Amino acid sequence: MRIPCPICGERALEEFTYRGDARPVRPKMDDADPTHWVDYVYTRPNERGRIKELWQHLLGCRAWVVVDRDTATHEVFGSELAREAKEGGQA
Amino acid sequence: MSEYSVFSLIRETLRGHKHWPAAWRDPAPKEAYDVVIVGGGGHGLATAYYLAREHGITNVAVVEKGYLGGGNVGRNTTIVRANYMLPGNERFYAKSLALWEGLEQELNFNVMMSQRGVLNLAHSDGQLDAFARRGNSMRLHGEDAEILGPAEIAERVPLLDLENARFPVYGGLMHRRGGTARHDAVAWGFARAADRLGVDLIQNCEVTGIERDAQGRVAAVDTTRGRIKAKKVGLAVAGHTSQVAEMAGLRLPIESHLLQAFVTEGLKPVLDQVVTFAAGHFYISQSDKGGLVFGSSLDGYNSYTARGNMPAVEHTVEAAMSLMPALGRLRLLRHWGGVMDMSMDGSPIISTTDVPGLYLNGGWCYGGFKATPGSGWCFAHTIARDEPHELNSALRLDRFHTGHLLDEEGSGPFPNTH
Repeated sequence: MRIPCPICGERALEEFTYRGDARPVRPKMDDADPTHWVDYVYTRPNERGRIKELWQHLLGCRAWVVVDRDTATHEVFGSELAREAKEGGQA
Repeated sequence: MSEYSVFSLIRETLRGHKHWPAAWRDPAPKEAYDVVIVGGGGHGLATAYYLAREHGITNVAVVEKGYLGGGNVGRNTTIVRANYMLPGNERFYAKSLALWEGLEQELNFNVMMSQRGVLNLAHSDGQLDAFARRGNSMRLHGEDAEILGPAEIAERVPLLDLENARFPVYGGLMHRRGGTARHDAVAWGFARAADRLGVDLIQNCEVTGIERDAQGRVAAVDTTRGRIKAKKVGLAVAGHTSQVAEMAGLRLPIESHLLQAFVTEGLKPVLDQVVTFAAGHFYISQSDKGGLVFGSSLDGYNSYTARGNMPAVEHTVEAAMSLMPALGRLRLLRHWGGVMDMSMDGSPIISTTDVPGLYLNGGWCYGGFKATPGSGWCFAHTIARDEPHELNSALRLDRFHTGHLLDEEGSGPFPNTH
């Protein structure tokens, strides 16, 4: 499996570290409902199929990258910088 | 159906092994059951057995999408142990190990339980202190644990390189009652014993939906072999727990990850124990056929493929070479991957759920095999009594809401770090 970094291009898997599902969004800091925080910290859809996930190009440019990948096949469909991503950059 | 014994073995040998009866029936699903267990692996089959044996509930079906024991119970590195630190885990695994010790007589099946000892090596003073603390915690729960020094380890495990410049061996935590068992035989033993108590084992039967009635209670499962009504449904489908639970509307603190395992060509006996390498999370033992069976960490990202990537392979063989340089002369015979149900705190779930009549067994991370009998025993109790037994009272699903997490590694809600 190779990961495309928007800055460095396609690089080997072992240059990256993995944060996990990119889609959970942190509740507002004054949100006092614990179920929202439990959902954010622990609950995951864990799909068998395409997901958006956060990787960091730790041994390269150190950018955080949102990768569009299929968990059933390891096929990678693309990536974008987390700070620019519409979905997945808010975690 | 006849008991397996040395006499039946001699009789059937003289008859050319042509008249062994089938080990279990192959029934079609009935219209309704008291309990339907989804998943015919080790945990599902053990649950069905203990439901019948301990609770007298025999109107039970185990539905399996493939064949019995075709999932993770046939894909692990066969290690059995009870060397945990946290009380909520240790008391459960201690029960499981006690059940393992009597399992062959209980099931009338040779599961090749071999209590050869599990030795965790420490590679720094700090690690040895941490192992001493874990050993003390184990002893408080009545388990065996002792700290060995380098000289004792050198004598017992001659294959080790104790003088590795980067990871010298400072000592180790020995858990003598741990060891290995024949993984397939455990599934087959529980299957045969459950079948003999009247449980229907239904193979090639994939669950496609979970029906709930107007009150929200579980009413039936839809399968590729038709609708089966059920008063209670237990899920034991680790690896794909999220998918099956979603059919009942449950959202879980679980991610599916990838773990690889390896077997070398066969050797004469070179390794008497299960040995683990704490500097790189690596574990190794020798099977009765002679092959060295080993594995290490997760690949580290969500996956359902059951096949891994090369960085994890390289990491594993590097750990093998650091620990036992002589292994460099061996060739790998087989190598495979499995789908791990990684919970967010690294500990399993045996629990009731918010859905009445639905019970959950999952989140086994990569420790499911050793838990097989204890998991079945506790899950059967949870289903029969509608509440957890004291032994699995800490393994509840709602611990993620109440904050009573069981994080052995202390590494937080990141499944790839457990």
